Amino acid sequence: MDMPTLAVWKFASCDGCQLTLLDCEDELLAIAGRVKIARFTEASSEILPGPYDVSLVEGSITTADDAERIRRVREMSRTLVTIGACASAGGVQALRNFADVEEFTSVVYARPDYISTLATSTPIAAHVDVDFELHGCPIDRRQLLEVITALLVGRKPNIPAHSVCFECKQRGNVCVVAAHGTPCLGPVTHAGCGALCPAHHRGCYGCFGPMETPNAAAQVGLLRATGMAEADIVRAFRTFNAGAPAFIELSQVARPHERRSE
Amino acid sequence: MTGTATPAPRLIDIDGLPALFEALRGRGYTVVGPTVRDGAIVVAELASAAELPFGWGVETEAGRYRLRERSDTAAFGHSAGPQSWKTVLHPARAKLWSADRVTGSAGTSIVETGAAEPPRYALLGVRPCDVRAIGILDQVLTGGRHADPVYRGRRDGAFVIAVECTEPGATCFCTSMGGGPGADSGFDLALTELTDGGDHRFVVRTGTAAGAGVLADVPSRAADEATVRHAATAVAEAAGHMGRTMPTQGLPRLLADSRESPHWDDVASRCLTCGNCTMVCPTCFCTTTEDVTDLTGDHAERWRVWDSCFALDFSYLHGGSVRTSGQSRYRQWITHKLGTWHDQFGSSGCVGCGRCIAWCPAGIDITQEVSTLASMLEQAAADEDKP
Ligand code: SF4
Ligand code: SF4
Ligand code: SF4
Repeated sequence: MDMPTLAVWKFASCDGCQLTLLDCEDELLAIAGRVKIARFTEASSEILPGPYDVSLVEGSITTADDAERIRRVREMSRTLVTIGACASAGGVQALRNFADVEEFTSVVYARPDYISTLATSTPIAAHVDVDFELHGCPIDRRQLLEVITALLVGRKPNIPAHSVCFECKQRGNVCVVAAHGTPCLGPVTHAGCGALCPAHHRGCYGCFGPMETPNAAAQVGLLRATGMAEADIVRAFRTFNAGAPAFIELSQVARPHERRSE
Repeated sequence: MTGTATPAPRLIDIDGLPALFEALRGRGYTVVGPTVRDGAIVVAELASAAELPFGWGVETEAGRYRLRERSDTAAFGHSAGPQSWKTVLHPARAKLWSADRVTGSAGTSIVETGAAEPPRYALLGVRPCDVRAIGILDQVLTGGRHADPVYRGRRDGAFVIAVECTEPGATCFCTSMGGGPGADSGFDLALTELTDGGDHRFVVRTGTAAGAGVLADVPSRAADEATVRHAATAVAEAAGHMGRTMPTQGLPRLLADSRESPHWDDVASRCLTCGNCTMVCPTCFCTTTEDVTDLTGDHAERWRVWDSCFALDFSYLHGGSVRTSGQSRYRQWITHKLGTWHDQFGSSGCVGCGRCIAWCPAGIDITQEVSTLASMLEQAAADEDKP
């Protein structure tokens, strides 16, 4: 039996998620023994021609060229898995979706006329069918291995979509909200990191994007109760997953122009 | 256990605690008990008595928990923390088995490895509500035809040292649930901590022969009648200081009749479906299964992981989840816990420890929700009676 082929693609992103694959140091040989890594330019300049059995797609769509390129990637891929917040929610660059991109380019670049970019940063699923979205900024190493392993044997990956709080309690953390009044996005955030930040006495920053059924109004109420100002609440949801619909809703429930009253 | 006269209570001085640890360890137990970590009193393995939370108390409210310094040196002057003994007896993750595909001269075979030898824990400082919670888990996980092997193993090997309550917390309501701050069964040893007059000591009662054996190895003296009465009075008075009350009259009926209550909308507007309430609850026992394979495909493991009725996957049947709304998930939780648990296991699933109240990040209070459901039904009935 031929080994299945794997391709890794990059769109608008920082490369951190791809590097997670290289980060699988101990398992990398085992992966290479089970899959033909046909295209992974971070690791090798050798590119084998498609089609590919599995494509891992990193990054968001921010240019007209990329909007075309992702279609070709889709056509060449039997299974397409997006990795990371950029590919699954538009990334931090989706902040442009709430602003005027021309104004940005005029302020940032000496020759804005050299810049060819779309007005928005959008997730891969806004352009082509996606078979599986792996969340995180960056993605979690164990979860990436789990997805690859599950695809290899043809089973459903064990990637729960419930809140970070599940992992937080399973890990034995003390809840930073209840015990310290620290703001935490865990209740509305997709599990996957293993509740890393609460384990280090910090609130969750929402790296893994929205959980399956986030309750925006209740979460904003929780953040207000910790004394967070409305503008800070908006900012808390305008990060790596700013473009995720549920986080947009969360940022809209808060009232950005109200200052803290004390 | 039965048929023997209850031995007279004894007194252990605070200096006797190290000997208690020695006696337990000498019998092969790992001692697990309360200790301060990250701003809370958690349940953890204890290396020595010095790790107990001497001088620490807690203040709890809905969605809030704070450590506070006590004016005395009590080690057990606190109500329920973020963990219960479930974390020890019914752990969040447990490997059920693993299997390897081995290819040799005889062809390919599957070699299965069962669970490891269960650890033996001495649970030190089990509050009376939690003694009852362990009893409920016993019923759920070992009372049927197929005992849960992980729980069974850990439970059979466990030694239970209850510590009665003299200061219930603001979120406690064990008396409403038919329990109380005193322990009368379900333990090997039961302690009542006294610190008055700067004299830090424990009244100790024996529940089992194993308990008597351990106690025999700890320096103790006969408890004088006045001290025993003093301890019993402190515990009895605690029953009058519960921070919460649960209206339990006809509770299963109330929940059944509230199936279509408009109040579920109100709860769902506040509930994050985060699952914390079920994780901290000492009797919530639901788990899911994770099958894990490695990259070679030659090694497989089956794990059991805590689940929650607040997860969508929990009610996933072919084609989708049954309980998608927050309304239906909160209703499921509270209806099972306080209502249908009676039909299924012959008791309520709630012991009134108050954990779900204190550790709900949204501050949702199970006693308050029940009161509201009750008054809404009453109101509806009154409206119907109007001509
Ligand atoms: S610390 Fe955050 S993630 Fe952990 S239980 Fe509390 S709210 Fe949830
Ligand atoms: S439902 Fe709440 S109060 Fe009752 S046993 Fe569970 S955590 Fe404790
Ligand atoms: S009741 Fe509270 S702890 Fe339970 S799921 Fe809802 S918000 Fe989370």
